[in-house]
Amino acid sequence: MTDVVTVNGEPLSLDGVDPNETLLWFLRRHGLTGAKEGCAEGECGACAVALLRVHDGGARYEAVNSCLVLAAAMAGQELVTVEGIATGETLHPVQDAMVQEGGSQCGYCTPGFIVSLFAEYYRPGRDGYDPEAIGGNLCRCTGYRPIRDVARAMEPVPEVGEGDRFAARLVQGAAPLESVSPGSVGEGERRFYRPETLAELYDVLGREPDAKVINGGTDVVVEVNQRDARFDVLVSLEGVAELCRWDDADDALTIGAGVSLSRVEERVHGMLPLLEELLPLFSSRLIRNRATFGGNLANASPIGDGAPALLALGAEVVLGSAKGERTEALDGFFTGYRQTVLAPGEVIVAVRIPKPFPQLGRFYKVAKREMDDISTVAAAFAIDVDDDGQVTSARLAYGGVAATPIRAHDAERSLVGAPFTASAVADACAVLKKTLNPISDHRGSEKYRRAMVEQLLRKFHAETQMGGVLP
Amino acid sequence: MTVHKHVGPHVGRAIPHEAAEAHVTGAAMYTDDLVGRYAGALHAWPVMAPHAHAKVDGIDSRKALEAKGVVAVLTADDVPGENDTGAARRDEPLFPEVVVYHGQAVCWVLAENEEQAKVGAAAVTVSYTKLDPIVGIEAAIAAESFHTDPLVIQRGAPADVIAAAPHSLEGELAVGGQEHFYLETQASLAYIDEDGATFVHSSTQHPSETQEICARVLGIEKNAVTCQSLRMGGAFGGKEVQANPWAAVAVLGAHATGRPVRVRLDRQRDFQLTGKRHPFLGRYRVGFDDDGSIVGIDVELFSDGGWSLDLSEPVMFRAMFHIDNAYHLPHARVVGRVVKTNTTSHTAFRGFGGPQGMVVSEEILDRIARHLALSPKEVRERNFYQEGQQAHYGQPIKDAGRIERIWRSLEASSEWDARRREVESFNASRSDKKRGLAITPVKFGISFTTAFFNQAGALVIIYADGSVQVNHGGTEMGQGLHTKMLQVAADGLGLPLDAVRLMPTRTDKVPNASATAASAGTDLNGAAVKDACDQLRERLEEVAGRIFSREPGDMVFAEGRVYPFDLPDDAVPFVDVTRRAYLERTSLMAAGYYKTPHIAYDAEAGRGKPFHYYSYGAAVSEVEVDGFTGMFSVRRVDILHDVGDSLSPLVDRGQIEGAFAQGLGWLTSEELVWDEDGVLRTFGASTYKLPTLGECPDDFRVSLLPQAAEDGVIHGSKAVGEPPFMLAMSMREALRDAVAAFGDAPKRVELACPSTPEAIFWAIEAVRGGSN
Repeated sequence: MTDVVTVNGEPLSLDGVDPNETLLWFLRRHGLTGAKEGCAEGECGACAVALLRVHDGGARYEAVNSCLVLAAAMAGQELVTVEGIATGETLHPVQDAMVQEGGSQCGYCTPGFIVSLFAEYYRPGRDGYDPEAIGGNLCRCTGYRPIRDVARAMEPVPEVGEGDRFAARLVQGAAPLESVSPGSVGEGERRFYRPETLAELYDVLGREPDAKVINGGTDVVVEVNQRDARFDVLVSLEGVAELCRWDDADDALTIGAGVSLSRVEERVHGMLPLLEELLPLFSSRLIRNRATFGGNLANASPIGDGAPALLALGAEVVLGSAKGERTEALDGFFTGYRQTVLAPGEVIVAVRIPKPFPQLGRFYKVAKREMDDISTVAAAFAIDVDDDGQVTSARLAYGGVAATPIRAHDAERSLVGAPFTASAVADACAVLKKTLNPISDHRGSEKYRRAMVEQLLRKFHAETQMGGVLP
Repeated sequence: MTVHKHVGPHVGRAIPHEAAEAHVTGAAMYTDDLVGRYAGALHAWPVMAPHAHAKVDGIDSRKALEAKGVVAVLTADDVPGENDTGAARRDEPLFPEVVVYHGQAVCWVLAENEEQAKVGAAAVTVSYTKLDPIVGIEAAIAAESFHTDPLVIQRGAPADVIAAAPHSLEGELAVGGQEHFYLETQASLAYIDEDGATFVHSSTQHPSETQEICARVLGIEKNAVTCQSLRMGGAFGGKEVQANPWAAVAVLGAHATGRPVRVRLDRQRDFQLTGKRHPFLGRYRVGFDDDGSIVGIDVELFSDGGWSLDLSEPVMFRAMFHIDNAYHLPHARVVGRVVKTNTTSHTAFRGFGGPQGMVVSEEILDRIARHLALSPKEVRERNFYQEGQQAHYGQPIKDAGRIERIWRSLEASSEWDARRREVESFNASRSDKKRGLAITPVKFGISFTTAFFNQAGALVIIYADGSVQVNHGGTEMGQGLHTKMLQVAADGLGLPLDAVRLMPTRTDKVPNASATAASAGTDLNGAAVKDACDQLRERLEEVAGRIFSREPGDMVFAEGRVYPFDLPDDAVPFVDVTRRAYLERTSLMAAGYYKTPHIAYDAEAGRGKPFHYYSYGAAVSEVEVDGFTGMFSVRRVDILHDVGDSLSPLVDRGQIEGAFAQGLGWLTSEELVWDEDGVLRTFGASTYKLPTLGECPDDFRVSLLPQAAEDGVIHGSKAVGEPPFMLAMSMREALRDAVAAFGDAPKRVELACPSTPEAIFWAIEAVRGGSN
């Protein structure tokens, strides 16, 4: 059976669901009104629900924004909503703590915070307070202090056998996702597919040339919610196991296009500082639990944060279709505003980051706020120097300053072959000034963006000097 | 009269919000959660104008009416009463002939579900003749487009004293608006009830006015319309009058179709259709002595009222009343004027003009200090009100000494001197980052400045089984009003909290209630609830006296037990008394009432006593600013705030912390951008940035001023909703302090408001002399 979603232990039929309908409104239509729509674009977290995901022989809960999840994609999946967290009259420890600390005022964001805290409560390997656990939930009433205190005072992850029914559920694991095709979900003209293999995916894409490909949905469903996009055919990559590979080889790190950014964040820990800096600044954990590099690159947003970081790492993309696979440099993948070299029927299969990784790499983001914001300007810099302190390779990548994420090749060339000094940076800035032409919008003026393009390189230089990383 | 701290078992205790368990389990219902309970409910969607100013030439609904699921297209023809929802003035046609802001709803489509209503709305063809819009305060001044004549408050001869003063400065400050971003967007649900009357659920702060507007558009009496506000998912002033149009559409739809009608704005439409905190422009001249003491001030304030008057006039008055913040202005002239533009109609928002006036006053104080190369803190202190002084509008500043008391206490508890030295030593050692530390005061007047709003009613019912229902005219939006009312009622009747049920706010229980606003919800409704409980208690004491053959005055009611004060072991349960009262034919319901005494303001003369009392507070903020980008982080915030004797300390602390965070957002990350065509470019959570956990202080130390009982207010407490919002001005001044540290003791630090990273960066560039 794949035409049901299990919610708080009970099956809910997905029969007749429009493939464009979000999980949030599906739940609310079924009387589960605890999850709220606060923004409909994954910024506020009031709609959070906890998805059961396969993890390490068992399962884990991951909080996601149900406003950005398609109900149809939940076929065969299991989730917990705020209504399912208390046991009878007994509140869950995170609920009880929120009551006692004064963590709710108007209460409208509270279900989302409860779900985020709930998922954090069971997070494998949780070790102390992590602000990211609630960084994707907005509260307009409290100023967050009591909620943060709840997150801070959380008891250790419960062990199985301590009588916690959720811990007991997690050891039972989660079912792998089975194939979904029209008929098992949805009705009428609109069709939803969730293939299990790449071969099946390519076959569907061959038969459905107008299909919209969706993975985590954190961008596509924003189109549905905010710009009233309605897709007749949707193909979810969520069930394709081959897109979730992780291959840490001698010559490259290959990350499957469908690996959630939260998983990437956990796995690159201690391995790749530039990505470690990027990921906490990349939206919020509620988003990263669904978002993928594949989606972030394929939608080709000029302000996506993934691309500058991967450009600075010299990454390549592995593209696949019924005709086979090809590998292309990411620099060159973006051909224009929201356009890429992807051919019809072709998807991103993986991102390949060549080794050795750069000696020094940093990611910077300028935005109106530190957490969970869209960049005004994003920059990623990676350089290598030889024993004499000469720059042997430099990659300077930016988001938010052109129609696509870009590399500043001319400025890179001006840095190579000389020591990384303030005057070399000044020369590179002079080149940047001539070659980059950002625009003004509500996030920032052209003048500010121009200034930031240079200032971030200066900041990079200053920080490398201070840390004594380079001569 | 001596005021004693109330010693009831519930009042004054830190208890959780009365609905907290419902909040955390998802069981708490909000207006739009009720739709599933009304079979056959129709869903409404607006047809929105693509112009900020245009004449509507025609509406063609034929295609929409043919679309699947569409039941009706509501237009002016469907209005049996008046086609106007204006609260302050009849200037808000619900179905306009001339569109006056971008996105304005021209008509509404009703369909079986929201998707079909959207499709239907897209199928309506509207033809327009485009007109030129006026966007922004400067453009409106140039075009002489105003909602009001100039409002004036004057004391003394400011022009003369400024001219004669040893120093004078002039300048202007543009202050940005703020989207309420209540998490629950505007929502209404209306139906015709089983008796043929109209019932409307509305997420409204002012059910009585929502009822009135619904009756007006329907052309019926108020006794045929009931409005209920179950609870709101935040409001902050944004649902004080601006809940009304959506309720009006819902009742019109219900009347036109006979079916329940749901109107809910999604976030995008809520941004596009509803008003915000008023953007302001302040122009000032100030004269001062060598030590920074202000001798005279001359200020012109303009606010952007948007397309209709709404609450803009009282908002402007409050800005003018608060141009002094905590400072004595011996000679002052304040002129306020509301401009009319082609944007959403700006409205009440926590602080209600007070913040905009006060941010101008803090700008002036900082300018004086830097001009004289004095410490901003000392210059502020030098200008504080002293006991016995009067505000520029003539009201004596009661308890003015609390400003100094709070200031000195906070100075010590925040370790000001040591941290000032730390900040200076950090700044001396770093060129890339600078820290800033600032302290600012708050004085805020409490009462509606429109005097007749300062009244409230309550209806307390005791059933013969001893269970109690409390109704009052106030609405719950998260501020904990119902929690406080439960505490007041439980102590008033001598009951445990769980014996008292707080009822949803309905116009058929308490009529003619004022908006829950102006921070006055507890002061007004608390006194009314207490009045009702006192009446009932008096009757029950007589009944209980007969049970024990004692004088009524001997009887004690405590936690559901009743006994003579000297015989606690003989106690009988509360129900014994209520049952006997019923059998003895004693009325077990009471209407409570309260009106705030001794307030009056003469707007013509610009003199009077608009406020019952003042609330005070102060905050110290410390920030660190990155000189490369202008981005910053908050290092620590200390607050000492005066809530009188707190009725409910957990609630009050929550109000203070939350208000500070909201003020911090207004002054830093929350930026509204309209383009030259009057199109709002920041209309969602991805473009308009509230503070997250990461922007709010991690080290956040909040204390309530001890020994602060307020005479003449419910149980010695003080209002708390709005005053702490302005504590966030310490953030703006801390940022300015950090910016200044990038330069060499600049004589002026210009910092745009809001102080986004971009604004901070340009301020840094200016004090660095445009290096780089």
